[in-house]
Amino acid sequence: MESPFRVTVQEPDFDTGAELDALGRVDCGAVASFVGRVRKGSDDVRAMTLEHYPAMTEKALNQIMDEARERWPLLAVRVIHRVGRLLPGEQIVLVAVAALHRSEAFAACEFIMDWLKTKAPFWKKEETPAGSHWVDARESDDAAAARWRLGDGQGG
Amino acid sequence: MDIHILYFAALRETLGAAEERLALPAEGLSLGQLRQHLAARGGDWQALTAMRNLKAAVNQAMAGPDVQLKAGDEVAFFPPVTGG
Repeated sequence: MESPFRVTVQEPDFDTGAELDALGRVDCGAVASFVGRVRKGSDDVRAMTLEHYPAMTEKALNQIMDEARERWPLLAVRVIHRVGRLLPGEQIVLVAVAALHRSEAFAACEFIMDWLKTKAPFWKKEETPAGSHWVDARESDDAAAARWRLGDGQGG
Repeated sequence: MDIHILYFAALRETLGAAEERLALPAEGLSLGQLRQHLAARGGDWQALTAMRNLKAAVNQAMAGPDVQLKAGDEVAFFPPVTGG
């Protein structure tokens, strides 16, 4: 049987509904999930290419998942991150967490996303009519990751 | 024995290089010293010290400048990550 704790890095799209159904097969009371997508509209982005560091990516995601399991009693975790060229509206990332109660499911899901944003080796390049450019890291992402430091409570 | 060095994203494009092999000096080298050594090539390589918040990993784990490199290590330099 497949482990209920799994991370995958892949080019193809994923079926969020099927993933959540699969996660919910463990005996849990709560499944919380986050899906990140390529934004449509305002900022003129025609497409986005995600580069990664293949030898390190799954290792980093597994470490983040393990850190979440140390902090909350989780029953199942699914992380899928896409790489390659993505169009506006397409799914980029799925983080889904199953637990007995909603509080740990919500918290662990947010924690995994916050750490993924600052610790997993992915880089986004945006294509606009004026050319392509690498997306700059945001200080707000560092701040979001930092509030989960041990001793800072539950990330309030 | 050599180390294997990888460059990613904006840094890879600036350098025009995705990877290389480099012989370690007999006296050893820290990650910070390697970064200075590469930047000393001049030209585009100065990005190694000029690029803001450049990150590094040794054997696929984030690493700081004091880490001592050894033969066979895989070192990677890259800009702050922007996934998710």
